[in-house]
Amino acid sequence: MKRLLVATALGAVGLASSAPLYAGGEVEVLHWWTSGGEAKSVAELKKELEAKGDTWKDFAVAGGGGETAMTVLKSRVVSGQPPTAAQVKGPQIQDWAAEGVLANLDSTAQAGKWDSLLPPVVSNVMKYKGHYVAVPVNVHRVNWLWANPEVFKKAGAKIPTNWDEFMVAADKIQKAGFIALAHGGQPWQDATLFESVALGVGGAEWYRKAFVDLDPKALNSPTMEKAFTTLRAVQKYIDKDAANRDWNLATAMVINGKAGMQIMGDWAKGEFTAAGKVAGRDYICAPAPGTKGAFTFNIDSFIMFQQKDASKQQAQRDLASAIMDVHFQEVFNLNKGSIPVRMGMNLDKFDQCAKDSAAEFTASSKSGALVPSFAHEMAMPPAPKGAMFDVITAFMNTPSMTPKQAAEKMGAASGKKV
Amino acid sequence: MNQPAGGASPALTRARRGIADYVETALPKIVLGPTLLCALIFVYGFIAWTAWLSFTESRILPRYDFAGLVQYIALFANDRWWTAVKNLGIFAGLFIGFCLVTGLVLAILLDQRIRAEGFLRAIYLYPMALSFIVTGTAWRWILNPGLGLEHLVRQLGFEHFTFDWIVTPGMSIYAVVIAGVWQSTGFVMALFLAGLRGIDDAIIKAAQVDGAGPVRIYGSIVIPSLRPVFFSSLIILGHIAIKSFDLVMALTGGGPGFSSDLPATFMYTFAFNRNQIGLGAASAMMMLMTVVAIIVPMIYSETRRQRHG
Repeated sequence: MKRLLVATALGAVGLASSAPLYAGGEVEVLHWWTSGGEAKSVAELKKELEAKGDTWKDFAVAGGGGETAMTVLKSRVVSGQPPTAAQVKGPQIQDWAAEGVLANLDSTAQAGKWDSLLPPVVSNVMKYKGHYVAVPVNVHRVNWLWANPEVFKKAGAKIPTNWDEFMVAADKIQKAGFIALAHGGQPWQDATLFESVALGVGGAEWYRKAFVDLDPKALNSPTMEKAFTTLRAVQKYIDKDAANRDWNLATAMVINGKAGMQIMGDWAKGEFTAAGKVAGRDYICAPAPGTKGAFTFNIDSFIMFQQKDASKQQAQRDLASAIMDVHFQEVFNLNKGSIPVRMGMNLDKFDQCAKDSAAEFTASSKSGALVPSFAHEMAMPPAPKGAMFDVITAFMNTPSMTPKQAAEKMGAASGKKV
Repeated sequence: MNQPAGGASPALTRARRGIADYVETALPKIVLGPTLLCALIFVYGFIAWTAWLSFTESRILPRYDFAGLVQYIALFANDRWWTAVKNLGIFAGLFIGFCLVTGLVLAILLDQRIRAEGFLRAIYLYPMALSFIVTGTAWRWILNPGLGLEHLVRQLGFEHFTFDWIVTPGMSIYAVVIAGVWQSTGFVMALFLAGLRGIDDAIIKAAQVDGAGPVRIYGSIVIPSLRPVFFSSLIILGHIAIKSFDLVMALTGGGPGFSSDLPATFMYTFAFNRNQIGLGAASAMMMLMTVVAIIVPMIYSETRRQRHG
């Protein structure tokens, strides 16, 4: 009797665990693209994957620009059940790879010829010790100046091409009764403004030494002091209600003609498009003053975690190749407002600002002026980036802090790698 | 216990009585056992784990190799940490002080056997029912210079009225104090009211016979006998002040820059957003030390006094 019971139990367990053979694997993807245009783009990726026979398990964690998602990801990895892929960008990829939990994507990369389709600056961010561990999705340009031509005409100002011209134009706009620079006083926006100022003042070479190499001599330098001095001068043109204002409300000020300019990445274009404005006619997109020919990039990417299941590994490879696919790159970026990361694509469906952006992307990668955005976590790990955010935001909120003190603190911020 | 009617032998009855007795004395321990075990593991166990992490170089994920006092050295060299500590001092001091004083005054006033006492008590107690997030968001709108109080008063005609504490780096922590006091005063008032009701009338009547005025009665008799209530309120308010995270995040998000940062928000930012679990653990241990250093002597002195008095 007992033996029969044991045999039945074992048989039941055996039956339950012998799963039917699936045509493909399951991909569980962690992301925070939950807003309208972004969600549509993710749906595209899901369709492509299902066409290859894999199943997509969505794992969307809304909010916070990804902070909540990152916390959830850490708890999943610590418990030994990482998702198949997660939306992680910049040097965080290397932080994760150093923990030894990421999968090697070299085979897919070779099959898809990624090395020839991505600029070296970009593919280096996707690699750890020479092996691909992440796949890039899109390219956002951060050093844009968005301007309202009406306001400029009324003030008799012209679009500035460097920071001295910026002061002149801003003065004229202010005298005409408008707000010269629309800005939101949140730390990441302060840093976005500062990095365009720094790039315009110091150039791409110095920017790379300071924010990518974290060289203390480049950080605590006269160039950095000059950048902070310029920032202090720019601050005069920001209105006093800017504290804690969201970035899209600042863009709205430019759209409504209350303000003349905003310095923000190309996701601001989505706001103009949603308001029915046309590039070149209702709004102007120009490189941030002093940064013509330079391109500050912000690239979203997916990292892939090591999986034990063979079908999941295959599904992972399918996901990686689908993301770099021409069709997906076009549809995703049209919906999201960014440009494809894959070089040499046909861009007929994209608007003029996107076409300019793509042309500069290729040109700057050849000239060496393609730099990662430090304000958007592309240039350095979160620890020194957070410390530098603290310095910049303290500088903007403390009128008594001198540019020299700020430069010293920036030098100290790089060494905070505990 | 009565002898059972007939049947069972004396030995079996004694045995049954023994088992019943045993179960009766052991039952509370059995019922409380799981809770105690959970508290031991999930509270003290994890405190020990955090302490261990604060001595390691953990970044994105926990690591367990001992690294000495590296994190504590980095913590004390961090500007933002000192801002957070200073803010905690200001916030805790003002929050507890104002809540106690306002709560006591309101309780004394409500205790005067007024007509609408129940109704007024409910109104003062309602803010406690809101979560700190709701309080923080509502007060953010009220204190916003362009939308809230400043805007309203200016529209009433006072063109030069300014009340922009929430966007001024030096004053943002005081805005947090305002919202916190508004939320918790009612609770302190309810505690004091209960304490006041528990004071023996005979003592007060005796004092009145001796010719003491109301101020003297309150100052020398009523308030000293509310000592246990003061103590409980202090502990509760202190713990609310130390763990204030949601209020700060909803009201100022850390303030202009990081001027209204508190140790709790500092710990969250560094441990989870900046991939510095080690530093976050060190700051958590510092918060624990502060609480322990204040509360433990207080509890010790209070319980000793109770045993004597």
